[in-house]
Amino acid sequence: MGKINLKSVYFWLIVLVFVLFPFVIDSRPMTILLTQIFIFAILAMSYDILLGYTGIVSFGHAMFFGFGAYATSVMLKNIDSSLTVFFLSIIVGMVIAGIVSFLIGLLTLRLQSHFFAMFTLAVSGLFLVLAEKWRSLTQGNDGFTFRAPEIFSDRINFYLFVLFCLVLVFLLLRLFVNSPFGKVLIAVKENETRTKALGYKTIYYKVVSSVVAGVAASLAGSLYVVSLRFVNTSMMAIDVTLNALLMTIIGGVGTLVGPIVGAAIIELAKHNLSILAKTYPIFERWIIFFGIIYILAVIFFPKGVVGTLKEKWEGRKMVRQQAMKQKEDAA
Amino acid sequence: MTILLEINDIHTYIEQYHILQGVSFQAKKGEVSVLLGRNGAGKTTTLRTIMGLNPASKGEIIFNGVDITKKPTYEIANMKIGYVPEDQAIFNGLTVEENLRVAMRKEDEAAMERQEYVLNLFPDLKKFWKKDGGYLSGGQKQMLAMARAFVNEAELLLIDEPSKGLAPIIVEKVMEALVEMKKETTIVLVEQNFYMASQIGDTYTLIDDGKTIQSGLMSELIHDNELQHRYLGIG
Repeated sequence: MGKINLKSVYFWLIVLVFVLFPFVIDSRPMTILLTQIFIFAILAMSYDILLGYTGIVSFGHAMFFGFGAYATSVMLKNIDSSLTVFFLSIIVGMVIAGIVSFLIGLLTLRLQSHFFAMFTLAVSGLFLVLAEKWRSLTQGNDGFTFRAPEIFSDRINFYLFVLFCLVLVFLLLRLFVNSPFGKVLIAVKENETRTKALGYKTIYYKVVSSVVAGVAASLAGSLYVVSLRFVNTSMMAIDVTLNALLMTIIGGVGTLVGPIVGAAIIELAKHNLSILAKTYPIFERWIIFFGIIYILAVIFFPKGVVGTLKEKWEGRKMVRQQAMKQKEDAA
Repeated sequence: MTILLEINDIHTYIEQYHILQGVSFQAKKGEVSVLLGRNGAGKTTTLRTIMGLNPASKGEIIFNGVDITKKPTYEIANMKIGYVPEDQAIFNGLTVEENLRVAMRKEDEAAMERQEYVLNLFPDLKKFWKKDGGYLSGGQKQMLAMARAFVNEAELLLIDEPSKGLAPIIVEKVMEALVEMKKETTIVLVEQNFYMASQIGDTYTLIDDGKTIQSGLMSELIHDNELQHRYLGIG
């Protein structure tokens, strides 16, 4: 009988706990909060593909989130609010995000990373202005509400659907980063010149990584607007990108699990600080406390929560192995 | 003996600096050609120029009869030219296995045989097969860097200062490995350690201030104390 993979067992146990959660704890706010965490976890994981696995810093990731958000909300409002249209809108958002990320990647990923970061910021700003000005379609910053598919009027159904998406995206992205292609991405991140010298056309790898990240971010956008039943241009603002960046950094860059943890930490902090603000006015300045959390996380977990824990765990494992080897040698 | 690599009067700029100002030499099939010279003479830049990492602004680089002067790095590497940069340049975030797999490109029978060959050449790598490259010592990293370039049946290996920063006992191991590799492929070696260079090299090219000063047989240079003293500061 093959050896049981403990990591997989833990993973599916955690998934099971979250599947059962809304049936055991009947708390609508908690279900909504967890749904938000799952959605932002997808966004943060997509950012981790860029930052953690390819070494690309993008300031325009909100643009792809926005493509998904607008594709879904516009189609649900203007066509109908059926499940078919919802799924179709996810695909449309992904295709748009894929095409735009492909073009941006092809044009700019040859540049040095800081130029790419600035270019993505500029293009993202351009799309934000386009969304603001194209009021007939987007209604600008005022935004618009729309009806979600009937099945999602039960929050638990939507929660389960988002959880399914999170698990699916996680497994697909894990498959992607663990594939030989993913290993080349890590090589590109570490040293692009060295990777080229091994015979790889690195631009191709960077563009594919950018497309994968863009498509996953678009899915997060589609899910997010359905959770709110509302869309406006703030979904394409730089704040969304910065949130994804911080979730990834706090959770642990290049770990894939880290961004999920990062999303949970940030969303829970936001939620709890806003609750505290009702009792203690000082917490109305919650953004300051948020800043303190970021600083503490960077000081105590320089590689992010998951990254630092992983490093400590591997360090201990190494020490144990060395001690065992010394014992064997002595014997 | 057939000429595998021919460098004719190459000039290379890095930003505004004119680093190579006329480097020429030939590497014959099956031989080890050593590039010698003081620090900053342009040896590393010569290798980087061959690989297209610092493209030449003038001159030509002919490999196997094909002009590769203007080709991009990945195409040059795919023409079976392996490059081992200085400073134990491996991928620290990948395991030893992954470092080799990334270099291998194909995983057919021939490639696996090749992998077995390099693992026999560098048995230390087997011990750390599943460990991240970052955990390896300097010597092991150097061995992995060399193994990575060699695992792909390179027709030409460009190796930059493999003994740099290594303990003498490790240098011995690296040297033994190079002697083995020499039986299988052509090598252009940049090496400051003259003893090592003289033990492995068949021919030499002296580079000074970005220019070729002299080329010849290593056996001649070993006996030319004046040349060694003037350009290598030995003796």
